[in-house]
Amino acid sequence: MPRPSQFMIRASLIWLVVGYTVGGLLLLHKAWPLFYPLWALRSAHIFMLLVGWLVQLSAGVAVWIMPRLVQPGVITGSGDRGDLRLVWLCCGGLNVGVGLVTAHSLLVWLSGGHASAFGWMPALAGAVWLMAIIAFIGNVWQRVRPVIDPLKMISHD
Amino acid sequence: MYRQARFYVRSALIYLLAAFTVAAVLLLNQAFGWDGRLGVLQYVFYHLLMVGWATQLIGGVALWMFPPFTRERPRGNETLGWAAYVALNVGLLLRVVGEPIHALQPGALASGLLAISAVLQVAAAWLLVGQLWPRVRQRITPPSEGRRG
Repeated sequence: MPRPSQFMIRASLIWLVVGYTVGGLLLLHKAWPLFYPLWALRSAHIFMLLVGWLVQLSAGVAVWIMPRLVQPGVITGSGDRGDLRLVWLCCGGLNVGVGLVTAHSLLVWLSGGHASAFGWMPALAGAVWLMAIIAFIGNVWQRVRPVIDPLKMISHD
Repeated sequence: MYRQARFYVRSALIYLLAAFTVAAVLLLNQAFGWDGRLGVLQYVFYHLLMVGWATQLIGGVALWMFPPFTRERPRGNETLGWAAYVALNVGLLLRVVGEPIHALQPGALASGLLAISAVLQVAAAWLLVGQLWPRVRQRITPPSEGRRG
């Protein structure tokens, strides 16, 4: 498993436990109202699990298991995984974006619901996520292909 | 695919069916106006799909295909995986029952169900991560082959 995949999968596992813990607090609050402003964390809960957990884990695993780029005469399995800088960019973008929407939710909570001053944060998160997804597709697009035996250059579907 | 992973994946498939059954009921109710109270099933649908299906399927596939922990214990501590499986499924089922009751007839019973559900689902996430975390690594290779990842 390449290092950026390890990093993305570990980050996704962290967002899984943080997202579920926030979700558990929200559900407890629904059962026995603890603290009303807690509800401001609902959108952070959704994005932690949707982007931080599901999208990031899928991307990290895809970078790991998609067919590698092979050259004629190179032993199968030793080909490379393309430009891993794109994967690091994706990893950074996804996590910075989730961090921004989480920070936004916390600031809205702490300011008592005054969201207007922090409206730039979710917008920036959206832009950073878009960049991350473009970087991810830039890495995996050319790897979506039949597995090729580099010694014979025959494809096995 | 070993037994624990099969339990995760088959359970995920059952939740997928359940989620889309609830979705069909919600959409049919929206179209034909059977009973406004059925709208309380919306949260149940989201969580059947995202917890029961997506999280559980991913957990099962990860347990199956992540690199082995060691040669002697390739799956690591399976007890954590079973504990996560039980906590996640009991927690989710309590929510499926408790959420509509809480919306329609709030009271101590429904609140208790939701609270236990919350604790179990959070515990499930921590337990699952506890089993998967040590297996996020480069594959084990003989010393002579080096570490190719």
